[in-house]
This record gives sequence, C-alpha cells and structure tokens, in this order.
Amino acid sequence: MTDQTTDQHNRPGQGTAGSTSNVDHATIDESITERQEVSGFAAVMRTQPFWVFMAIIAIGIVMTFVSDAFMTERNMFNITRNFAFFGIMALGMSAVICTAGIDLSVGSLLGLCAITLGLTMQAGFGIGAGFIVCMLTAAVIGAINGILIAYLRMAPFVVTLGMLAMARSIAMVLSDNKMIYDFGPDMDLFEWIGGESMLGVPNVVWLLIFLTAVFWWVWRYSTWGRWVIAIGGNAQAAKLAGIPVERMIVSVYMVCSMCTGLAAFMFIGYIGSATNGVGVTYELNVIAATVIGGANLMGGVVYALGAPIGAALVELIRNSLLLAGIPALWQQFFVGLFLILAVLLEQIRNRGGK
Amino acid sequence: MSLLELSNITKSFGAIHALNGVSLEIEAGEAVGLMGDNGAGKSTLMKIIAGNYPPTQGQIQIEGQIVEFSQPIDAREAGIEIVYQDLALCDNLTAGANVYLGRELKRKIGPFSMLDYPAMYKRAGELFSSLKSETRPRDLVRQMSGGQRQAVAIARTQLSDPKLVLMDEPTAAISVRQVAEVLALIKRLKDTGHAVILVSHRMPDVFEVCDRVAVLRRGSKVADKCIDETSPEEVTGLIIGAIEAA
Ligand SMILES: Nc1ncnc2c1ncn2[C@@H]1O[C@H](COP(=O)(O)OP(=O)(O)OP(=O)(O)O)[C@@H](O)[C@H]1O
Ligand SMILES: [Mg+2]
Repeated sequence: MTDQTTDQHNRPGQGTAGSTSNVDHATIDESITERQEVSGFAAVMRTQPFWVFMAIIAIGIVMTFVSDAFMTERNMFNITRNFAFFGIMALGMSAVICTAGIDLSVGSLLGLCAITLGLTMQAGFGIGAGFIVCMLTAAVIGAINGILIAYLRMAPFVVTLGMLAMARSIAMVLSDNKMIYDFGPDMDLFEWIGGESMLGVPNVVWLLIFLTAVFWWVWRYSTWGRWVIAIGGNAQAAKLAGIPVERMIVSVYMVCSMCTGLAAFMFIGYIGSATNGVGVTYELNVIAATVIGGANLMGGVVYALGAPIGAALVELIRNSLLLAGIPALWQQFFVGLFLILAVLLEQIRNRGGK
Repeated sequence: MSLLELSNITKSFGAIHALNGVSLEIEAGEAVGLMGDNGAGKSTLMKIIAGNYPPTQGQIQIEGQIVEFSQPIDAREAGIEIVYQDLALCDNLTAGANVYLGRELKRKIGPFSMLDYPAMYKRAGELFSSLKSETRPRDLVRQMSGGQRQAVAIARTQLSDPKLVLMDEPTAAISVRQVAEVLALIKRLKDTGHAVILVSHRMPDVFEVCDRVAVLRRGSKVADKCIDETSPEEVTGLIIGAIEAA
C-alpha cells in the first residue's frame, strides 16, 4: 500500500523466491534488495513531495508566460523569503502530524512569541536575551500541549484549540494591545538577521535550508526520529517495544513549538514590529503546507522535504494569483483546492496497488 | 530453583476475572505448552509475565527473586522476550526496523550517533534466514503476509539472549514449512538452556516440542502434566471441560 517512510525501497512483485526452495533464501533476498536500491529514483517518484515539486515546476513554467515579473530575481527572492517562515513552522508541524496529532496553536504562539520577544528587547535587553525568552515561551507552550496530550490523554485537536485561544489572549494581555517597534540596543542586528540576506539568499531561507537538512538527518538517522515514526505507525507497539511514548510525544510538541519560536524570531526581525495580531490564521496555512507536502493525518508518514515544498506551493499560488491579476480574495480558495488535490493525489497513488 | 515461578496469579479487568490463582513453574531448558479455549486467559497470563500489566494478586519470581515489572522493558531486562498474539508491529516501518524497534543499533560519527542501517539489516536478514522465512529486512511490514509478519515478531525475540521466550500463538498464520522452523527454533532454545512457554491451539505442535502442557479453563489452571503422561485426547477433554481436572 503506501510507502512513505523514510527508508523504504521498492521491489517488483513478490513471489519469485518461493519456487526455488533449495537456494539459500537470504542470498535471494540480498540480490533482490540490492537490485531495488539501484533504482532510487523510482522510490523518489513515489513520494508526495516529488509530485508537489513537479506541480511547482509546472506552475512556474506557466507563470513565466503569464507574467514577465515572475521569473525576476526580485520576485524569486520574495517568494522564497515568504515561504521560509511557513516552511520552518511546517517542519515542526510534520513531526506532530507524524504522531497522528495536530497543533492548532502555532499561529497564536507566533503572536505570543512576538510579544514576549518584543517586550524583552524593548526593555533594553540584548538580542541573546530576546532569543532565549522567545524560545522559552515556545518551549513552555509546547510542553503544556504535550503533557496534556501524552499524559492526560486528551485529544490533540481540543488541547491545541484551547491553546490557540489562550496563547492569543496572553499575547493581548502582555502587549496591552500596543505595537512594539523599538527593539532596544540590538535592534539593527535583530532586523538584519530576520530581514537581510547573505550571498543573495535571505537569511531566513538559509535557516530553512539548514533546518530541513537537520530534520532530514533526524528522520533518517536518529533514534528520536525513528521512534516518532514508530509511534505514528502503531503507538501501542512502540510502547510495548519499550519506547517512552509519553515523553516522546511531549518532545514532539515542544519541537513543533520551538520551530514556531524560531520562525517568530526571524519574522519579527523581518517585519520590524510586533503586534499581538501576528500569525492569526497561520495555523491553517502551516497545516495545509504540511499536508500538501505529504504528511498524513493518520500518522506514521513524514518527509523533511515535504514541509518546505508544501510551503513553497502555497506561497507560489499566492504570488501567481497576484501577478496574474486575479483578486487576492481568491487566494484561500486556491490554497484549499490544492490541499484537497494533494490529499486526493495521495489516495490515488495508494490505491495504485503498491 | 525454577527459572520462573508464578504463584497464585489473579487478574481482574473490572468485573471480568481473567485469571484466578494460577501457579506455574518453568525450568531452564524446558518448554511448556499453554493451552485453553478462546478467552481462557492465556494471553493475559503471558502479558503479565511480560510486564504489560501487573497481576491483581499473586507474585512472580525469577530465579528465586521476587520481581515486579511496571513496564515491558523491565521484563525484557530480566531476560524475558515475547511474541504477542497480535504481533505488535509498526506497519509503516521496515521488517528490520521492527526487529530492532526500541533497541536500535547506533554508530558514532564524530559527536553524532546515528542509526546503523547496514548492521541492523544484516543481522535481521540472518535472523529471518535462520527462520527460513522469505522476509526481506528492507521491506515494509505493511506489504507483508501474515507469515512474514510473524517471522518479524519471532526474530525480535532472538536479538538478545533471553532466559525465557513467551510465544503467543506464533504459528497461527504460517505455512507448514515455517511451522517446522519455529518448532525447530523452540527445540534449539531448549537445547541451549532457554525456557519457552508456547501458547497454541495446535495439539501436534505442543506435543512435538513441549515437555509439559498446562491447561487453562476460564481463568484457572486445570491441569499441568508431563507430555508423556497425557494424550491429545485428554488435553482436548480438559480444554473443553469434558474432563474436569487432571
Ligand atoms: N484489557 C482487557 N480489558 C478487559 N478484559 C480483558 C482484557 N484483556 C483480556 N480481557 C478478558 O480476559 C479474558 C481472557 O482473555 P485472553 O486474551 O487472555 O484469552 P486467550 O486465552 O488468550 O484467548 P484466545 O485463544 O482467543 O487468544 C477474556 O474474557 C477477555 O475478554
Ligand atoms: Mg490469546
């Protein structure tokens, strides 16, 4: 059936070894396995991110004809920078969705982190202190989500929906409904990190590339990643195998929140002001990006590349509509359409009998 | 001193009394067949030994020491491995990953320690071929047949060198050839001083490899006999209740 784990290899139909019962089966297994590994491209072709990537290329090609402004360096710069914030959040969301969970509180958390970070720096503390406060805020919220979900066995949807409301409310109370635009002594550095670029690539895109590489490694080579995927596949079996399922779930929600914390740090530096309204409804785009990138809400499936690719598609849709002169009011329609198409595509691929 | 000694194990799930005062001993190098009708309490007893849940009453001794397992890993550390009746596998992982689940092999590269795929797949492949199973370590469990899945669950018990292997219907879904391999494995385990408890509905299997057979009926042990002193007919009678106790 589906084949979206991090380390799968494909194999033509079974049953070839059955008739040769005298031969050492391990030898046959080995040769079959090796032959499959050669065709690594076939494995890639079966993944959701690959097809979404193809869609991105296709839209890109169409857009070069529709609008001269599309293929410009400036526009590419903008697209990549805009989707990088969502991409970073989607990397964390992928982990949560891999455990068959969901985190609806990321948008509100972005706002809360913006305020705690802003207040700290406005009060005259340096950028290091601001960063720590921002990440601590995220870690605490993630830990609360995780503990309620893992130990009190509450539904992730409900817990994080509650947190969506509470985090936003705390952000409003803390900010006293005022905008923060003075970031103290390290303001220049702060805004440079979030808003500027190195070697022609926005800093936030560098961060996204770095984090994607880290997650790629984590999903493929770390025990933590392996255990998260196992929990998503069969939490009961994972528990029986001695995996500390509850602790793992808490860590997953903390990782998700801390990705949002990082995104907040970069985002506020980029826009240069913090309000308690930052990130309203972002959870929808982040979840959409994650699912378009191949995450399965049933859990057990994760791709590191899925998050940035899904986020890229969402941003590309927004940008293309803008350049094609279609009213911005249609944006959410197309994001929703692609979300449904992506899930449909996955269904079709799975039904394709492998 | 027995390897494992259960005394008066009782287990209730709310109003359901799954086990009533079951005592059982097993020596190293011995295989005990545990038989009984559906719902007799066989799996419940196995799960108690494997640390899935504590008994409501009664005690477990391993080599004379009283043990209390609060989680499966405690039992594993005490040298008990189990093949669960429902196999407890992660469908989205490969066979090799399932074999090593929870005790992955790692290799150090500088400050990083990473999963050692080649070593895990190699060892898993050896385990499968020693079970004469056509299970490829790199295949996803989701695409596997019932027998291949069973091989994965059995291979898992062979990673460490356990004192006691619990097998809850390990041959339920496999072919004749593989049944022979599992029985051969049980014999090998006995010869190397391991103990095995085999839960099975298949009379010939139990009579072929077990030294003793214990029969559970509605949560109570109604018989515990040497295999030479009983017969399939008697055991059948005990299971269905035609013979009260023996
Ligand atoms: N977690 C549980 N909660 C409630 N009741 C349970 C639970 N586990 C088992 N039982 C009950 O305990 C009794 C014994 O079940 P058990 O699974 O041990 O039977 P079994 O002998 O293994 O049967 P089978 O041959 O069908 O596998 C049954 O009545 C079952 O409904
Ligand atoms: Mg059972």
